Amino acid sequence: MFRIEKSGPLADKVHELWVNAPHVAHHAQAGQFVIFRIDEKGERIPLTISAVDGDAIRVIFMTVGKTTTHLAALSAGDHIQDIAGPLGKPSDIEKFGTCVLVGGGVGTASLPIIARALKTAGNRVIGIVGARNSDLIILEDEMRGACDEFHLSTDDGSKGFHGFAADLLKQTMAREKVDAVWIIGPTIMMKVTSEVTRPAGIKTFVSLNPVMVDGTGMCGSCRVIVNGETKFACVDGPEFDGHTVDFNTLMQRSRMYQPEEKVSLEKFQEHQCRCGGSHHA
Amino acid sequence: MHDRSIEERLRDFGEVDCGMTAPEAMAEAECCLQCKKPLCVSGCPVNIDIPAFLREVAAGDFKKAAAIIKEQNMLPAICGRVCPQEVQCEGECILGKKAKPIAIGELERFVADEERRLGMVTPQKKPATGRRVAVVGAGPAGLTASAELARMGYHVTLFESLHAAGGVLVYGIPSFRLPKEIVKAEIDAVLSLGVELRLNHLVGRSVTTQELLSYDAIFLGTGAGLPYFMGLPGENLPGVYSANEFLTRVNLMRADRFPVFDTPIKRGSRVVVAGGGNVAMDAARVARRLGGKVTLIYRRREEDLPARIAEVSRAKEEGIEFVMCANPVKILGDQAMTGVECIKMAMCDLDASGRPEPKEVEGSHFTIDADVFIAAIGQGPNPLLIGELPELKRGRRGNVIVDENGRTSMRKVFAGGDVATGAATVILAMGAAKTAARAIDRMLREE
Repeated sequence: MFRIEKSGPLADKVHELWVNAPHVAHHAQAGQFVIFRIDEKGERIPLTISAVDGDAIRVIFMTVGKTTTHLAALSAGDHIQDIAGPLGKPSDIEKFGTCVLVGGGVGTASLPIIARALKTAGNRVIGIVGARNSDLIILEDEMRGACDEFHLSTDDGSKGFHGFAADLLKQTMAREKVDAVWIIGPTIMMKVTSEVTRPAGIKTFVSLNPVMVDGTGMCGSCRVIVNGETKFACVDGPEFDGHTVDFNTLMQRSRMYQPEEKVSLEKFQEHQCRCGGSHHA
Repeated sequence: MHDRSIEERLRDFGEVDCGMTAPEAMAEAECCLQCKKPLCVSGCPVNIDIPAFLREVAAGDFKKAAAIIKEQNMLPAICGRVCPQEVQCEGECILGKKAKPIAIGELERFVADEERRLGMVTPQKKPATGRRVAVVGAGPAGLTASAELARMGYHVTLFESLHAAGGVLVYGIPSFRLPKEIVKAEIDAVLSLGVELRLNHLVGRSVTTQELLSYDAIFLGTGAGLPYFMGLPGENLPGVYSANEFLTRVNLMRADRFPVFDTPIKRGSRVVVAGGGNVAMDAARVARRLGGKVTLIYRRREEDLPARIAEVSRAKEEGIEFVMCANPVKILGDQAMTGVECIKMAMCDLDASGRPEPKEVEGSHFTIDADVFIAAIGQGPNPLLIGELPELKRGRRGNVIVDENGRTSMRKVFAGGDVATGAATVILAMGAAKTAARAIDRMLREE
């Protein structure tokens, strides 16, 4: 059992949890993730490790279905039954030169830890964060602190640049030489934004988020097509070269359980209402 | 064998075989000839003193029978159920030469079930040696190595990456063949020897290899959990599963009880399973219990099926359609899968294993409509941890190379079970682990 140290909202539907998990905290590297299982009846879900402090790790997630809604309802002092990790390959950290980190929505959560690792390796780091509107921007101060330069965009222009993070990336590329790019956000955003760097042949990493079960390479639920080959995102990734990922297959596979996810969430919400909003099942 | 009726057992995941009654067990044990040189014992990979325990069963002292088994095997309720006895102890029984062999597996299971009812037998432990051994993987090999080493007085830390111990016993073999409460009871008995279990620990990630190598000895029992896919066009369409994923979702995560449990699964109305081993039978029978019409397709002939004969006939009784001498070549569908294109196979020259080599029959394509496809064509050793140990010598298929004592090419590091042999049986993994535990003991006593 793993104790929740801190819990709270960061933005609309976006939530952070700090959980005491020494076996993860002591070994976690940038780009890795954990698998959470809340309780005996819970499913296993992957969450990126977005920060480490002593024995505790931070995860940030958007409430999209049953498990994330349940997680958001937990508070300090509550426990998570199982946390496995750290899992996946760490980010490819080396001295590239100038690196641009592009975050979309909750994907921004993955960036500060990568930004700090890249800085330590001697890179100049430019952060770009895009969100639909100003209410959905997370970790702005942390990103400003972790990067040498930082830019914001909103789709509706409510804060920062009016437009997409991809536009800011294009502007940066026009302004200076970029050596490596990380793009982490919704799959469609990673797909579209990877096209920005393709013509220039800039090394581009994306962090994929397929459906996972064990997260240790024993089932292939998370398989993705990269460079025409089947890879398991949990052990071969989750970061891959954005120019070689088959994003369409990834999106198709991610929709596989949509009907079941709806049933599960509805049942949970109905239960929450009956119990007067208490999350203790 | 007392199987529950087909209609009843298809409605749930409860055990199919109800086991023996005490009078039946005593009568069966009575038939043992008590051979002076019992071949059954040498047929058992962990060398249980079979005549001795049968003598106690015949006399009605089930607890004493359990104690005799426990001297050699800490997981008898499991082995009694899943061992392929027909090629092991029972295959060697002298009575089998003329008529039927003693039902040793059923009797071992009976004794273990009685033991659970009467109170578990705890074997003797030697005094603590002060030495530490790390065991990686809590499947049959790791559990056996842990139990043996703990009994020899070592402090054992058992690392498991999943949230439950048991390996294939919990995620692979369905509860209708191996009820999970039985697995839990036997694992708890192993842990009661003082084995320290660390769940959710992926060695190489949650524990560095350096930390691992700080132990006095290491046993790798990480199994063969890497699923093979067939490389078919359309294999990544929604609805296509590895048997590992399909079985893990149901056995470990209880997707059969969704939405009471959170993990979903596609309940296909038409399911095709490719493969002919026990894993294929398990996947097909699970799919059947989820309500699908199930077809099992195998590239060789029925007599070549590697699965246990009893499980093949149970699968047939349960209404699974068998298509032999055929192979899938393509998964059909656009947004989700709609069918499997197959081709007929002709049996040609004998291959290295003495079985006829299947060859595609040109122009014999046919289609099976299906919305779920399960690939059960085998698994390889999970490369994750062994990839972190570059000095570890590996075979062509990624298996760790060991000598007859389970010793690897790395000092202090031993391995056994599927990680060394490739996917095999529970009892072979246990036998290898036992041998390795003895070799670890010898090594540490000589130091």
